[in-house]
Amino acid sequence: MESTTPVMTTMRSYERDAAIKNSKENVNKGNQKAMSAPPVAKPTLAQRFLSIFAAGPVKPGESYGAPGQGKSLAISIATALVLIGFWYIATYLQWVKPLFLPSPGAVVARFWEVATEGFANATLLEHTGWSMMRVFSAFILAALTAIPIGIFMGVNRVARGLFDPIIEFYRPLPPLAYLPLVIIWLGIGEVSKVVLIYLAIFAPMALSARAGVKSVAIEQIHAAFSMGASRWQVIRHIILINAMPEILTGMRIGIGFGWTTLVAAEMVAAQAGLGFMVLNAAEFLVTDVVIMGIIVIGIIAYLFDMLMRYGEKKLVPWKGR
Amino acid sequence: MSRLQIHDVSVRYPGMNGGETVTALSDINFTIEPGEFVVALGASGCGKTTLLNLMAGFIQPSDGYLTLGQSGIAGLPRVACGLDLDDQITGPGKDRGVVFQKHALLPWLNVLDNTAFGLKLQGFSLKERNERSAEFLQLVGLQDFHKHPVYQLSGGMQQRVGIARALTNDPQMLLLDEPLGALDALTREVLQELLLDVWKQTQKMMFFITHSVEEALFMASRLIIMSPRPGRITHEFSLNFNQIFLECRDARKVKSLPEFIAMREQVLSIIHGDEAEGGLH
Repeated sequence: MESTTPVMTTMRSYERDAAIKNSKENVNKGNQKAMSAPPVAKPTLAQRFLSIFAAGPVKPGESYGAPGQGKSLAISIATALVLIGFWYIATYLQWVKPLFLPSPGAVVARFWEVATEGFANATLLEHTGWSMMRVFSAFILAALTAIPIGIFMGVNRVARGLFDPIIEFYRPLPPLAYLPLVIIWLGIGEVSKVVLIYLAIFAPMALSARAGVKSVAIEQIHAAFSMGASRWQVIRHIILINAMPEILTGMRIGIGFGWTTLVAAEMVAAQAGLGFMVLNAAEFLVTDVVIMGIIVIGIIAYLFDMLMRYGEKKLVPWKGR
Repeated sequence: MSRLQIHDVSVRYPGMNGGETVTALSDINFTIEPGEFVVALGASGCGKTTLLNLMAGFIQPSDGYLTLGQSGIAGLPRVACGLDLDDQITGPGKDRGVVFQKHALLPWLNVLDNTAFGLKLQGFSLKERNERSAEFLQLVGLQDFHKHPVYQLSGGMQQRVGIARALTNDPQMLLLDEPLGALDALTREVLQELLLDVWKQTQKMMFFITHSVEEALFMASRLIIMSPRPGRITHEFSLNFNQIFLECRDARKVKSLPEFIAMREQVLSIIHGDEAEGGLH
């Protein structure tokens, strides 16, 4: 193919350009002061206040358009403060009767009273201790059983066939629905309470572990086999470690279910416990204890979740990479 | 040294929703001799990766079988003897190192531990593992990055780790599934030269898949061109541009040789002919 258009190329050397620019700058150095940056106006008080809630500077490497970027901590704190303030005003102006909504002050006072003198024959520490014992023993039992079973379900078709119908059947049931059965079978002692919480934690943990196994990139498994790995070595060195992030997420979800089930577990024949305390207080319309109990459960659950998130960061720093 | 042989191999997948059977590979007969650098080139869907997966032992053929030396990789002896004797099929093994396009490094291990992973599986001592891995990391130019987490490395450096990792097991051959496909053009050229150096030093059999005609011509001692629907080998060329490079060390000179350009045009017209014929892309 003969083309009639002549080939034309041009070239520009940036190094040469830079050299020329430098020599010019050296000449101009004398009158450089005239070219300083324009003065920046000082922010007003309102601007400073609003900047607390701003998204914050764009971090280097942050990608444009990723949903939900920027800081949100200041907004969260403000939300909490506004809610508490609203609660305070509503009770102070007596919009609501103290029977329905006691004032923050009354709740704090009750907190102190229950902490020192106790409520329903136990101090707050005892109530908390019993509840934590129940939730955490159920959590540990579930972690010891659900995680291996979930992994087993992921890597073995027999285990999947065995456990899948059982877990999928009882998982959507509310714990209150099978609580009577658990009591008929196991009595009204500690065992039935722990078992009820255990069942609530078991399903999400097992399913997360199974999902973690399934999330492994097939390339990693193939690579391991090509380096002479046995099936067991692939499970131990590739699949288990790859499933770690999802297992940890499952543990977080599981302990959440545990706290939700606590009140149900302490409904029958409990002598102490945060759930029992709340239920007992509700029967006698001691609303400030009810609210105080809810807040204590919420704070404990939140602190534990923070601990789990910290553990996640330390244990699986490669997550999402 | 043993050769890799592919005997009458076909791979068919059942059609989706009772549709027509898809023939991914049809009647492949092919041998890779010791020390050869074989490059497979072809449009997507021509069965290059299926062929590599067969060689690695990741999938089984519908017909035919593959052998490396005296041992069966896949399709044996089920087909040969009509018996189900899984233990005679080696499947994937450390005699065939695989370098993937991506996602195959272990993000919880640093560069050195990734490279030493195969040796760890085989129970070598820590000292031995680290010595041998360091040797191959030196070969791929990562001697200063032993302790780095792999997810902090650039794509090109990750592929270097992948190559070093595949080599530490001292396999008989390397299977490379578009290892440079996700890299930028400059890094790609650097790693092309690196791979040729590795090949020259280790004298291993190489099976390398690529989309790039230039890369294929530059790297191959034997080039096979594959064509889709059904996946098959349509052309085969013996080349020595890689030898020319290893002597003169000037990749740009090699890639601008008149013979290289003529060859490139020839191969391109074959591939474009395939696409025009195939209709779909």
